[in-house]
Amino acid sequence: MTDISQLQTDLEGRIAAAADLGALEAIRVEALGKTGTVSELLKTLGRMTPDERKVEGPRINGLRDAVAAAVAARKGALETAELDAKLASERVDLSLPPPPQRRGRVHPTMQVLDEMIAVFADMGFALAEGPDIEDDFHNFTALNFPPKHPAREMHDTFWLPEDEKGERKVLRTHTSPVQIRTMQRLNEKLPAWIANGQEPPIRVIVPGRTYRSDSDATHTPMFHQMEGLVIDRAIHMGHLKWTLDQFIARFFETPAVESRFRPHHFPFTEPSAEMDVRCDRSGGDVKIGQGDDWMEVVGCGMVHPNVLRNCGLDPDVWQGFAFGFGIDRLGMLKYGMPDLRDMFASDVRWLEHYGFSAFQAPNTSTGLS
Amino acid sequence: MKFTLSWLKDHLDTTATVEQVVEAMTMAGLEVEHVENPGEKLAKFTVAKIVEAVQHPNADKLRVCQVETKDGRLEIVCGAPNARPGLTTIYAPIGAYVPGSGITLEARPVRGVVSNGMLCSARELEVAEESDGIVELPDSLAVGTSAVEAFGLEAAIDFEVTPNRPDWLGVRGIARDLAAAGLGTLKPDPVAPTPGTFPNPVEIKVDGQACPVFAGRLIRGVKNGPSPAWLQQRLTSVGLRPINALVDVTNLISYDNCRPLHVYDANKLTGGFIEARLGREGERVEALDGQTYDVGPDICVIADGSGAIGIGGVMGGESTKVLDDTTDVFVEAAWFDPIRTAQTGRTLGITSDAQYRFARGVDPESPVHGIEQATQLILQLCGGEPSEVRVAGQAPAPPAPFAFDRGYVRKLSGLDVPAARIDEILTKLGFKVDGDTVTPPSWRRDVEGKADLVEEVARIQGFDALPVEPLPEIARPPGGALTLRQRRMRDARRTMAARGYAEAVTWSFMRRDWAGLFGGDQPELVLTNPIASDLSTMRPSALGNLIEAAARNARKGFADAALFEVGPNFRGDQPADQWTAVTALLAPHPPKHWAKAAGDPLFALKGDLMALLEELGAPALQVVQGQNAGWWHPGRSARLQLGPKVVVAEFGELHPRVLKALDADGPMLAFELNLDALPEPKRKGVKTKPALELSALMPLRRDFAFLVDAATPAGDLVRPIQGADKALIDDVRVFDVYAGQGVPEGMKSVAVEVVVQPRDKTLTDAEIEALSGRIVSAAEKAVGAKLRG
Repeated sequence: MTDISQLQTDLEGRIAAAADLGALEAIRVEALGKTGTVSELLKTLGRMTPDERKVEGPRINGLRDAVAAAVAARKGALETAELDAKLASERVDLSLPPPPQRRGRVHPTMQVLDEMIAVFADMGFALAEGPDIEDDFHNFTALNFPPKHPAREMHDTFWLPEDEKGERKVLRTHTSPVQIRTMQRLNEKLPAWIANGQEPPIRVIVPGRTYRSDSDATHTPMFHQMEGLVIDRAIHMGHLKWTLDQFIARFFETPAVESRFRPHHFPFTEPSAEMDVRCDRSGGDVKIGQGDDWMEVVGCGMVHPNVLRNCGLDPDVWQGFAFGFGIDRLGMLKYGMPDLRDMFASDVRWLEHYGFSAFQAPNTSTGLS
Repeated sequence: MKFTLSWLKDHLDTTATVEQVVEAMTMAGLEVEHVENPGEKLAKFTVAKIVEAVQHPNADKLRVCQVETKDGRLEIVCGAPNARPGLTTIYAPIGAYVPGSGITLEARPVRGVVSNGMLCSARELEVAEESDGIVELPDSLAVGTSAVEAFGLEAAIDFEVTPNRPDWLGVRGIARDLAAAGLGTLKPDPVAPTPGTFPNPVEIKVDGQACPVFAGRLIRGVKNGPSPAWLQQRLTSVGLRPINALVDVTNLISYDNCRPLHVYDANKLTGGFIEARLGREGERVEALDGQTYDVGPDICVIADGSGAIGIGGVMGGESTKVLDDTTDVFVEAAWFDPIRTAQTGRTLGITSDAQYRFARGVDPESPVHGIEQATQLILQLCGGEPSEVRVAGQAPAPPAPFAFDRGYVRKLSGLDVPAARIDEILTKLGFKVDGDTVTPPSWRRDVEGKADLVEEVARIQGFDALPVEPLPEIARPPGGALTLRQRRMRDARRTMAARGYAEAVTWSFMRRDWAGLFGGDQPELVLTNPIASDLSTMRPSALGNLIEAAARNARKGFADAALFEVGPNFRGDQPADQWTAVTALLAPHPPKHWAKAAGDPLFALKGDLMALLEELGAPALQVVQGQNAGWWHPGRSARLQLGPKVVVAEFGELHPRVLKALDADGPMLAFELNLDALPEPKRKGVKTKPALELSALMPLRRDFAFLVDAATPAGDLVRPIQGADKALIDDVRVFDVYAGQGVPEGMKSVAVEVVVQPRDKTLTDAEIEALSGRIVSAAEKAVGAKLRG
């Protein structure tokens, strides 16, 4: 009779010493396989008397269970060790950099444009647009610039060559010609609207490229303007003041930016004004909303009766206001770009520094910036 | 233009300070540029008297002076030859900064003698451009009097005048507005007519086209010469140079009343007449600036028997100018047409105080007043005997009266101003108010109607008083504020930024020859007055500007550029010729990386373009290769087309010839997407998406390798396979392209993975077999593809 306890001790010793899963499997087959030592012992139970079986059964079955448990335990330990070794071999140096990623950017002028649109859209303004190459009528005549008037000269206009009719196109010197295009469209629709009992208010903003033949530290031959136009029956300067005050507070995101209206002159508005905001220039750069200086931010006024007439609207019925912001300049004020010319220089370092992430899309619910 | 407070006080009875005047001007619409205070830098300088002056012991040219100063009697070393006992001059104490020499004084020995201050010359004080020796002042000035007072220095207010208000180019015009704004009372006009004692012997003729009205008078027996100190001081205080009394009088009146005048030495006039007429072909004038100008038939000239002697309203001539020895002076006060004067100034390149004023529009009713004001001053300063005033021609009609409903002030401005106050403001500004009719004064030719009067009332009442009233609520556009194009521009911008491109904004113009490289240098798009020759032509494409930008960055050491721009391009000068492009440029110089990235960057760019198109909701587009314009690499570029005609985008590598012309190192990859070519989304209004059908069955993947002609685009194989069973085939992907060993010459192997999505039941082997058969035959039919064995 095999010494069961000796066998168990022996097997358990070898199982514990098995170096790998292969060796362990060999021991398992040797012990628990069909003809394994433990299996053979189990087979002897069938030949035993009931009394013998009562004694030997628990011993042999116990041996089998113990060996099986030892194999399972060793297997678990070996597997863990093997996985640990595999994982250890998979170590990488995570101080290494990821693959290079380009940082995309939205140009600050365009970001500011989106901010301005967000605020004005919230006040009920829709967008309108017009061409960059304009005719003299839309850019000047309809806007009440008399032919050969000095005010035209002040615009430093870029001219295109004369056509066969002797007319010269211009690069629009402001976004104001879109006022004319918008009112002309309104005028076409007006009879039908009035017939339907519809009120035809205009409330538009017009962003776009504008051009002046001027180039120095504070002027570039191309820049961006945003025109605003509100036409209705009873719009007056108080509404203009409210609109601009609202815009300034929301754009600069400070509750109370002090502003002042100052008389000015534009051929296409009467009365005309410029709005200044309180600023501090003492530190070299301009800080909005503090200090004892003023900074002009927008030209504006009530649409000149001649302009309304030129668009076929009766100034005794329709009136309203217009304003024009320099988008680039507002951006410089808000975000501190020191030089207008850099806006158009496409320096990748500048774009990365002053540009905005694609996901910072301005909206009025989260705040603009 | 500049003026001083004391000058203003000639016309305005006020106690206002300079600061108050500046504030009131600003709020009345006069933009003050700055206040120039020449006295500020001389605050430490005072009047002193030299008591004794002896030779310096160690220097020939120096004198040691005992000087009575506000700081007591001091020893001061002075090098000026005129440093003599009894001289009243200007003393600078130790510590003073001498503006003309840029030195701060220190108590330092000069050749062994300590100088306790400095005696100054006019140049050192910057009260004159040059000087000889130290300042010599009247003995009546007490020691300790400030230099500012001794020189009569005054702050000059420098301001900008809007083109509608030429009357503000005279101090009296400013005084009138400030009086209306409540800063004081306008003094009565000091000018009274002086009767002439003899008929004007100079005949005056006008050609109404050139000069509608011309008034003149001869004053004989004058004694010209330097004008008195007060007049010189007044002129220098506003930056004018004194010349002689007669000329100074005209300059004074030009600034005082915006009334330019001209004086002629009557004895130099020939033919007994003076006329204003248009110039003649070949006629020339030597003007007072020493230059000779061609004065053709577009220019108004002043002429006498000898021909043209001056440029009307712009500049007088050398031949008839008044000099110190002039005894008989002819005074001209005319009204020149603003537009012609402006054009003359531009044509001849002359800007003068007179030209500036006439171009903006001088009061047409002012000539006689101007003559009388000049007469008064000339008689006072130079004596003489005036002739009668002669006026030729007719001033343009004064502004016409018009009806004014005072309620319009409230309607247009929102301001509540009582009717009486409205009338008061208008009256103070010189308007005639008669019931409901208002007549603007002759100097306010800018006022045409009731809106102008609202501006007058509102600005004088004060824009500060304007109400603040919310805009009425209106319905927001249901589709949002943006138009489709603007929405797409915004989406494109943020998509490109998200994909790693930096947004540039480049000029809408470019060099003409470069524009030609991109298919556009039509003459109608070339500016006649570009700011620089490299910005002369409206761009046909932003590609050139982006290439140049990338090259510029590369030259600074940043070659790895990924730029894009969303902006206009121009095919012609009509509104419809302008189109909106999203243009992207990639200069693939990625930084070195330890895990080498592989792959042709052109396909990364294509991926960015496809992602952008998807973001913009573009429909499926066809890739057409071999038809790109000449600035693209012929083998590495393609178009995306919608149908046979509409090109939505071009992409690829840029042609090395173009890069070389733009001095840019290649390779550079780019795309240009025409936003305006994208169709409008089909489903407007309703935003529901088509129902989603999710199959519960696993998709199957089957790989096929086809042999096709080497020239066959892989894309041409994909489309027929997709069409083999539109219901079952979800996706077809090319995953390998191979040519070489095992593939016949002139052929290539294209391996595709086909994703089959069973819809309502698992496919049987026979069904899968049948589908494979359809795929193979579709591929064969379309491009002659053979399944690779």
